[in-house]
Amino acid sequence: MGVNEARILVVEDDDNIRRFVRLTLQVEGYVVSEADTLRRGLIEAGTRRPDILVLDLGLPDGDGVALIRDLRGWSDMPVLVLSARGTEAEKIVALDAGADDYLVKPFGAGELLARVRAQLRRHLGQARAGGPLIRFGDVTIDAIKRTVTRGGDTLHLTPIEYRLLCHLAAHPEKVLTHKQLLLAVWGPGHAGDTHYVRVHMANLRKKIEKDAARPQHLLTETGVGYRFVGTPAG
Amino acid sequence: MSTDELRPDPDELLQQVQQEEARARRGRLKIFFGASAGVGKTYAMLSAAQVAQTQGVPLVIGLVETHGRAETQALVADLPLLPLREVPHRDRRFKEFDLDAALAFGQSHAGGPSPPLVLLDELAHSNAPGSRHPKRWQDAEELLAAGIDVWSTMNVQHLESLNDVVGGITGIRVWETVPDTLFDAADEVVVVDLPPDELLLRLATGKVYVPEQARHAAANFFRKGNLIALRELALRRTADRVDSQMRLWRRTNEAMWQNQPRWSTRDALLACVGPGSGGEAVVRSAARLAAQTNLPWHAVFVDAPSQQRVGDSEREQALRALKLAKELGAHTATPTGASIVQTLTRYAREHDLSRLVMGWRGRKRFWRPSLAEHLAAQTPDMDILQIPIPGPEGARRQVRQAAGQDSSSCWAGYFVVAAACALVAFLAMPLRGVLEQTNIVMLFLLVVVGAALQYGRKPAILAAFLGVALFDFVIVPPTLSFNVSDAQYLITFVVMLLVALIVGQLTASLRAQAQAATERERRVRGLYQMSRDLSAVLLREQVAEIASRFVRAEFFSKSALLLANEADRLELQPNATATVDIAVAQWCFDRGEMAGRGTNTLPACDCLMLPLKGPMRLRGVLAVQLTQATSLSPEQLQLLETCASLLAISIERIHYIQVAQSSTLQMETERLRNALLAAISHDLRTPLAALVGLTDTLATTHPLAETHAGIVAAIRESARRMHAQVDNLLDMARLESGAASLRREWVPLEEVIGSALAACAGLLGPRAVQVHLPEDMPLLFLDAGLIERLLVNVLENAAKYTPEDARIHISARLLETWVRVSIEDSGPGLPPGREDAVFEKFERGSKEAAIPGVGLGLAICRDIVEAHGGRIWGENRMAGGTVRGACIILELPRGNPPVEDGSQAADLGLGEDGSE
Repeated sequence: MGVNEARILVVEDDDNIRRFVRLTLQVEGYVVSEADTLRRGLIEAGTRRPDILVLDLGLPDGDGVALIRDLRGWSDMPVLVLSARGTEAEKIVALDAGADDYLVKPFGAGELLARVRAQLRRHLGQARAGGPLIRFGDVTIDAIKRTVTRGGDTLHLTPIEYRLLCHLAAHPEKVLTHKQLLLAVWGPGHAGDTHYVRVHMANLRKKIEKDAARPQHLLTETGVGYRFVGTPAG
Repeated sequence: MSTDELRPDPDELLQQVQQEEARARRGRLKIFFGASAGVGKTYAMLSAAQVAQTQGVPLVIGLVETHGRAETQALVADLPLLPLREVPHRDRRFKEFDLDAALAFGQSHAGGPSPPLVLLDELAHSNAPGSRHPKRWQDAEELLAAGIDVWSTMNVQHLESLNDVVGGITGIRVWETVPDTLFDAADEVVVVDLPPDELLLRLATGKVYVPEQARHAAANFFRKGNLIALRELALRRTADRVDSQMRLWRRTNEAMWQNQPRWSTRDALLACVGPGSGGEAVVRSAARLAAQTNLPWHAVFVDAPSQQRVGDSEREQALRALKLAKELGAHTATPTGASIVQTLTRYAREHDLSRLVMGWRGRKRFWRPSLAEHLAAQTPDMDILQIPIPGPEGARRQVRQAAGQDSSSCWAGYFVVAAACALVAFLAMPLRGVLEQTNIVMLFLLVVVGAALQYGRKPAILAAFLGVALFDFVIVPPTLSFNVSDAQYLITFVVMLLVALIVGQLTASLRAQAQAATERERRVRGLYQMSRDLSAVLLREQVAEIASRFVRAEFFSKSALLLANEADRLELQPNATATVDIAVAQWCFDRGEMAGRGTNTLPACDCLMLPLKGPMRLRGVLAVQLTQATSLSPEQLQLLETCASLLAISIERIHYIQVAQSSTLQMETERLRNALLAAISHDLRTPLAALVGLTDTLATTHPLAETHAGIVAAIRESARRMHAQVDNLLDMARLESGAASLRREWVPLEEVIGSALAACAGLLGPRAVQVHLPEDMPLLFLDAGLIERLLVNVLENAAKYTPEDARIHISARLLETWVRVSIEDSGPGLPPGREDAVFEKFERGSKEAAIPGVGLGLAICRDIVEAHGGRIWGENRMAGGTVRGACIILELPRGNPPVEDGSQAADLGLGEDGSE
C-alpha cells in the first residue's frame, strides 16, 4: 500500500489507546506522530502539518473542542474525534466546531481504519472535485441541469429535497449535524426546528434509497445528524 | 348604535359558562311553594317523590312534618326515611334533621344514573341550638353543594324580602325566613295553589290542623282577606321568578345580533342605611326593587365621625340591616368619611350606582335640609328614592357616650365635673370684688371645655348648666340666691349657657374625632407592624407567634393558627392560645368560608374561623376566640380579614422559599450525580477501549497461531460484553434519576428503526428483518438515542434467543392517542406466565440458558419507555395452541406533532443550490 504515505497526528492522553491507534495505523503504512496534551497537540499540528488529526476530546489540559476551533482558524485538515462519553451533545459541539467525524470508544481497528480512509479519500477527492456530475449507486445528480436521475429515470425532488441532497453529497463521509443542515438549506433563524430536516430527509430517502428503513447512502447518526456515503463501505 | 354595543361581553359569557359548569356539579333545588300552611305542599312533594321512586331515583326523606294529617302520613309510609338526630339542649332533647347522614347517603349513591335526592320539609325552619347551621336552608345549601338534589317546601311569608309585607297584612311577624337569593337560585319552583274558600273548608273539616288548634289558628291567620292577599303575593312572586327565567332564557338562546335591550350597570341601586330601626325597611324595599328590575344592588352604612353621636344600639341596628342586605343578595360596605353626603356620592360613583334608596322619617326641620336634599343638590344625575319609615319608638333618640367607656367611669365623670364647677364657684366667691364678672364666666367656660375634652358630650352639658346656675347663685347679686337684681343678667345667663353648650359640643366632637383617628391610626400601625414582622420571618412557627401577638393586642382575644399539610389536613401550630374545634376549622378550610361564632355556620363554636387565602391556594385557618358575646363590627372583621390575608401571603412566601431551597438542593444533587456518572463512564470505558483496541492490534500485527487467535478473540468479546453492561448500568442510573435527562425531539419512527437495524446488523446475522410502517406515520416526540437503544436491546434479545433462520417483523399501528410498535420473532417465545417478568431487573428468559447476559437489557427498555410516558409488555404469538414466537409490544404517546415541516420556511430564492 504505497499510497498510504499520509501523515497522521494522534492526540490522546491514554497511553494504551494511543499505542493501539499508532500500531493500527502504522501497520497500514501511515506516518504517525503523537501528542498527549492539548498544548503539545497544537504545536505538533502546526509544525508537522499532518493530513489528518485523530483527537481525543477529554485531554488533561483542556477540552479537545478548543483545539478544533484553533485549528479551523488556519487549516481544513480532516479531524476524527474519539469520544469516551458517548453523549450526543458532546459530539454535536465537536462537529459544530469543525470536526468531520467521530468514533465512540471502544472501537475496533477495522472501524478506525475505515473512518481514516474515508476522511482521507474525501480530503483528496475534494481537491480535484468540481465536475458537474455526482454519482453514487445508480443515482446521478446533475448540478447544471439541476436534475437527479436514478437508473435513468428522473426523480421528482422538491426544491428543499434537492438542496438537502446536494449539500449532503457535497460533503461525503462527513457527519453533518441537524443545525448545520438547517443553516445550509433553510438559512439562519430555524435553529430549533430540527424536525424540518428529519421530515424532508425521510421523504428524500423514500425517493433515493432502495429500502428507506435500511438506507445505504443517507445514513442517520442518531441524535446528531446525517452522513452521506457515496459508495457503501465494504 | 354601533355593533360593538350589541356584542356580548366575553367576560359575561365566560361567567355564564362557569355558572353553568358550577350548576352542573351542584345538586338541583326544587321548592314546593305555597301561599300559606295547609295548601298541600308536603302532600304534593311526597306524591312527586313517589313517582320519582318508581323511576328509580335514589331518594330518602330527610325530614317531613305531617302535622298528623292522615293522607300525608300514608304517603310517607311508602318512602325510605332517614332517622332523625337527637340534639340535647339544656334539659330538653330536640329531634332534628341529620345532615351528616344525608351527606353520607348522597355519597353512597353518587355517580349513579340519577343523582341522589333528599326531601326536606319546611325550608325556613330554625335548627336547634348546637346544630351545624342555625337554619335548615343552610343545611339544604350544603347538600346542594355536595351534588345532592333537594326538594323542599316553603310558604310565601317566609321569603325574606316579603317578610315585612306579609307581617303588615296578617299582623303576625314570622321570624323564620329564607333569603330570596336561594329562592331565585332554585332550579324549579312548583306553586301549590288552593283557592281560599277551599282552604277554609279544609280547615273547617279538620284536614289542615288537628281540630283543637284549628279555631285558634283560623281566628288569627286564616281570615279570607289574609288568604287572598297571601295567594296574590305568592303567585306574583312566582311570576316574577318565571319572568326573570324567561329573560335569562332569551339572553342565552336568542341570536346575539338581535336588537336586545341590555341593562347597563349604571342603573344599579344603592341602599343607604341610616342608624336606628329604619334600616331594615330601606333594605327590604331596595331588595324588592332590585328583584323586580333585575338589578344588582349595594347597601352601605356610612361611618362618619358625625355619626359618633349615634348610640351603640342604633349602630348595631344599622349593621344588622347590612347583614340582612347581604343575605338578600346585596354587596355591603361601611365606608368612612368626614361627611355622609360626600362619602355616599363617592361610593355611588366608584361603583356606578345611579339610584339611591334611603329612608325618610317624615319629620323635617325647616332650618336644616335633609340628607336627601343635600344629596340631590350634590348629584343631580342620580335618582333618589325615599322610603317612609316609622319614627323612632322612643320620644327622643338616646344619645350615648362613645364606645370604650363603661358606666362607672361615666358617673365618675359627672361627679368630677360637678366638683370642678363647685370648686370654681368656691374660689370665685372671695374674688367677687377683685375680678370682673366676665372673667369669672370665662372660668366656668373653661370648666365646660375641660369637661368636654376629658369626659365627652354629656358631662359638658352638665357643666354648662351647673356653671350658669352657680354663677347666678354665687356671683350675681344678690349672692347665695337664685334671684337676680338686674334683668340684664338673664341675657348673660342665656348667652353663657348657649356659648357653654356650643363650645362643649364642639370640643366633644373634636375629641370624638381625635379618638376615632387615634383608633384608626393604632389599627393601621398594628397592621403595619405585623406586616413588617411578617416580611422577615422564615418559619411557620414565627408566623403563628406574630398572629397570636397581633390578635392579642388588637382584639384582646386568644387565637390559634392552623396550617394545612401536604394532605390538606390542618395542623395546629405552636403558640396557640385558643382551644380550637378542629372539625369546624377543617370545614372552614375545605369550603374557604368563614365559620364559627358570628357566622351562619356552627355559630355555637367559641372561635371565629377565617380561611387564609393565599394568591395561589388556601393555606390554613386563623381561629380567634372571641370573649365578648357580641359579634365583631365590620371594621374589626375587615381588620381580621386583612390580618388573615397578610398571614396567608407570608405563609405562601415561606412555602415557596422551601420549594426553592429543595429544588436547588435537587439540582445540586442532579449535577453531582451527572458529574459522577460522567467520570465513571470515562474511567470505565477508557481501559475497555484500550483492551478492545489492543486485542485487535495483536490480531492484525502479528500472525497468531489458531489457539492464540481464539484466546484473543475471546478477550475481545468479553471486553465488548463488559462494555455493554457498563453502558446498561450507566443508562439505568441516569434514567432512574428522573426523566429530566431526556433529549426529546420530533422524530420519524422509521429513521430510529433504521439506525437501530444498522447498529445491530452484525448481531442479527442472517436473520431476515421486515419493517412495515403505516404510510401516514406521524412524527413522535422521542429521545432518538434512547429509543434506538431500546430497539437494539430488543433486537439483540431476539438474536440471542432465536435460531439463525428466524424471521423478525417490526410493525407499527396508529391508535387514538398511542402508537403501538410490535417486534415479533419466530423463536421459542417468552417463558409462559412470565411474559412480563423479563422486564424485571436481573431476570432472564430461561434460568439455565447458556446464553450470556445479566438481563439488564429489557429492564432498561422498560425504564426508557416509562420515561417517555409509554408502556412495554411481552406476549407470545400463539397459533393453534403452540407458541410461534415472542412479541414485544411498546406503546408510545402520539402527542401533538408540529404541523409545519419547513416547506414554506426555506429561503430558496437565495444562494446557489448545493454548489460548493
